[in-house]
Amino acid sequence: MIRALLLSAAALVALPAAAQDVAITNAKLVIGDGSAPVEGGTVVVRGGKVVAAGAGVAVPAGLETVDAGGHYVTPGIVAAFSRVGLTEVDAVSGTNDRSAPRTRFSAGLDIAPALNPMGSPVAVNRAAGVTRAVVAPGGSSNLFAGQGAVVDLGDDMDMVTRPRALQYVAFGEDGASKAGGSRAAIFLLFREQLLAARSYARNPAALAEWGNDAMIQRADADALVRVIDGTTPLFVRVDRAADILNVVKLKQDFPAMKLVLVGATEGWLVAPQIAAARVPVIVSPLTDLPNSFEQLGATQSNAGRLEAAGVTVAVGVFDDDDAHKMGYATQYAGNLVALTRMPGASGLSWDQAFAAISSGPARAVGMDDRIGSLKPGRVGDVVIWDGDPLELGSRPTAIWIDGKRQSLTTRQDRLRERYADPSEGALPNAYDW
Amino acid sequence: MSRGVKSGLVAAATLAFAGCAATGAQPQSAGGDAAPATTEAKAERFDKNPYPSTYHAYPGRVTAVTGVTIFDGEGGRIDGGTVVLADGKVAGIGGADTAVPAGALVIDGRGKFVTPGVIDVHSHLGVYPSPSVEAHSDGNEATSPTTPEVWAEHSVWPQDPGFSRALANGGVTTLQILPGSANLIGGRSVTLKNVPSRTVQGMKFPGAPYGMKMACGENPKRVYGGKGRMPSTRMGNFAVDRQTWAKAVAYKKKLDEGKAVDRDLAMETLAGVLSGEILVHNHCYRADEMAQVIDMSHEFGYKVTAFHHAVEAYKIADLLKKEGICAALWADWWGFKMEAYDSVPENLPMVEQAGACAIVHSDDANQIQRLNQEAAKALAAGRRMGIQISDERAWRWLAINPATALGIADKTGSLKPGKMADVVLWNGNPFSVYTRPEKVWIDGALMYDADDPKRRPVSDFELGQPGEGDVK
Repeated sequence: MIRALLLSAAALVALPAAAQDVAITNAKLVIGDGSAPVEGGTVVVRGGKVVAAGAGVAVPAGLETVDAGGHYVTPGIVAAFSRVGLTEVDAVSGTNDRSAPRTRFSAGLDIAPALNPMGSPVAVNRAAGVTRAVVAPGGSSNLFAGQGAVVDLGDDMDMVTRPRALQYVAFGEDGASKAGGSRAAIFLLFREQLLAARSYARNPAALAEWGNDAMIQRADADALVRVIDGTTPLFVRVDRAADILNVVKLKQDFPAMKLVLVGATEGWLVAPQIAAARVPVIVSPLTDLPNSFEQLGATQSNAGRLEAAGVTVAVGVFDDDDAHKMGYATQYAGNLVALTRMPGASGLSWDQAFAAISSGPARAVGMDDRIGSLKPGRVGDVVIWDGDPLELGSRPTAIWIDGKRQSLTTRQDRLRERYADPSEGALPNAYDW
Repeated sequence: MSRGVKSGLVAAATLAFAGCAATGAQPQSAGGDAAPATTEAKAERFDKNPYPSTYHAYPGRVTAVTGVTIFDGEGGRIDGGTVVLADGKVAGIGGADTAVPAGALVIDGRGKFVTPGVIDVHSHLGVYPSPSVEAHSDGNEATSPTTPEVWAEHSVWPQDPGFSRALANGGVTTLQILPGSANLIGGRSVTLKNVPSRTVQGMKFPGAPYGMKMACGENPKRVYGGKGRMPSTRMGNFAVDRQTWAKAVAYKKKLDEGKAVDRDLAMETLAGVLSGEILVHNHCYRADEMAQVIDMSHEFGYKVTAFHHAVEAYKIADLLKKEGICAALWADWWGFKMEAYDSVPENLPMVEQAGACAIVHSDDANQIQRLNQEAAKALAAGRRMGIQISDERAWRWLAINPATALGIADKTGSLKPGKMADVVLWNGNPFSVYTRPEKVWIDGALMYDADDPKRRPVSDFELGQPGEGDVK
């Protein structure tokens, strides 16, 4: 009896509901790959995966059908670079697992066990249409911040889609301060740590012989070996045009390494070189102020100019609140569309802009075969919107993640309902729940 | 402040600091406000306006925008309307039959919108400028929990590139620059016209009253508790505030009685608040703290003009209405610190529905570039919960309401004839994400024109740098 109770309690908390098979019909369908929306589209999700999406798709007999009423239906938004799940209240340090400034480890850190799927930022971002997120650590005591994950924002305990999906490192001013005070120190430390990791990979026993003077510890070396061989993409925060070129050149020494630039505020100044190196870029698209001397060339036209040069561009929300406001992705993408109407500016078409917050981030992290679009075989992350998803007033009306229908209710909804009439009645507001 | 690569705590701390800078006022003499004779007599012993505005309207030409949708800033709307700007003022507003003066430049506004310029009551441009280097960090005199003697205008760097971004991308024509929120009493604010200038005086809004920034809650107690000083608790916050107010009341009594007083810059500011000449802008997130501050204002005889960042305003919207206090708000910032935990995206419309004064503010060099978008998000959230507010009424959050909170509603903040021609022509509905300012006039002078690269100001700092004159 006791055992049965425990089991049922555990089931309530831990077990995700089974994925439903569902067909969403009568959709203004956005695939998310940069193609134009299709009127009268249908998406079929079975076993948690998209099996078909398009205008001429037939609904298999017996499948649950949801009529989208002609509204936009899209893949879920993919937060391109975030800290969702790593913090509840930023300034309450016990809830904040972004960074580990006092650890003796660096590249070996893995943020997966720090993720909290029950945190309110997960629910709030989900209700805004974000279904997946690339989550990166903020920093360690060393140059390398550690390994991030790709996660889903479903209302269950199973959050990690791919652990150790990226390694993160900040170059430029932040990296210089970590490495010892100058950009020269970053590049030397970076190279020495990677070379040490490579030596360790060739002869693991050697590490023990290096003793306390070792450039690197075993856990960190393990992680960096995966960076060198391209198993783990290396996300590099870098902004100054000259720094970008130096980072891109690192591929000459480590040719298998998969680089992804984060920020790249002055990327437009060296767009052809980035394109030639086939390095994807995740931009914070509305960063347009010279916040530092490595961002003097900041402009909202960065994304448009990079895209025009042939760079794979993803749009993120990270020079802003990168844990609580992932829903800004749609607004930011919409702003890039607005730029197409401004003389002298470069923006993105609507189709490009939506791709930059769905398949773009998926491509950057090397997972566009699994997430970020409604092409067959991708996860069943589907959103029905009440309007143009990039418009300020639009919200999701229904969301599926891995084919499972999601709750859209947040703690904020409960507060708003309680205070719809703020005056207290016969009993205090605390009895209204 | 959403800039740079910052670790979580650093970013949070920056936010916390930035959150809540409210102080801005100009010595009373600028407005010529009537004061009790004795006070006046004593006050004249020293110059109350020693850093006077040298702003002047730049040349403009008689201009009419026709066939345009107008939000007048006070809740009115005209479709297919005409606005006439002449001699730096709004000269006419109405339907298609509105007279257009001979020789006027006529702009076809079909498919476009005209509004009064956006007014931001909460900015730290100039005092925390770009680039945000230590040498520029001039927003918090964090050496004492009460510094009513400091004036934000003495920290403002007019070459902050953020001013031109707010103009070109945000249609911001007037803004209040506040000290930060490290201190319980942070100092005086200054209200500026958003025009480039070599000097701060060249930006000062003529005749605007001064404001004074106060802060509740986490920031003062963290900053000073961290130094091992009072206050380290919320009760400490109130104790220091009350002791300071008690001293100010005694100082003002001496002034009113014509007694001799030594010059005391701190007490002069507080006396100005007590006499109603300086407006209090109080950073305060939590409902319970705002209610206590209201009692403190009654205890010492001053008025809170606006609570800024009032994340929990929706919990006491009825109280704010009763007290006549504005709530200056973000649309949806939340979670960066404990007192910002209970944010709801319906805060603005819930305050509006209660009949209180709602304002959209930025506190941020990026969000000031899209306060219209913040208003749009809040408006839509309100409609989803059944609060039906029209677009034109919501524009009050960006226009007449902040103008009222700054004490300049008789001069700007709406398109009433005779007011300053602070006007934005938008290339579509300004509550759409796809819309940007096309032209911005300040006192009738065209200060930004999307179609003319030379009508986009470039600050000294950006001259000769990568991207000089870029669209940004």
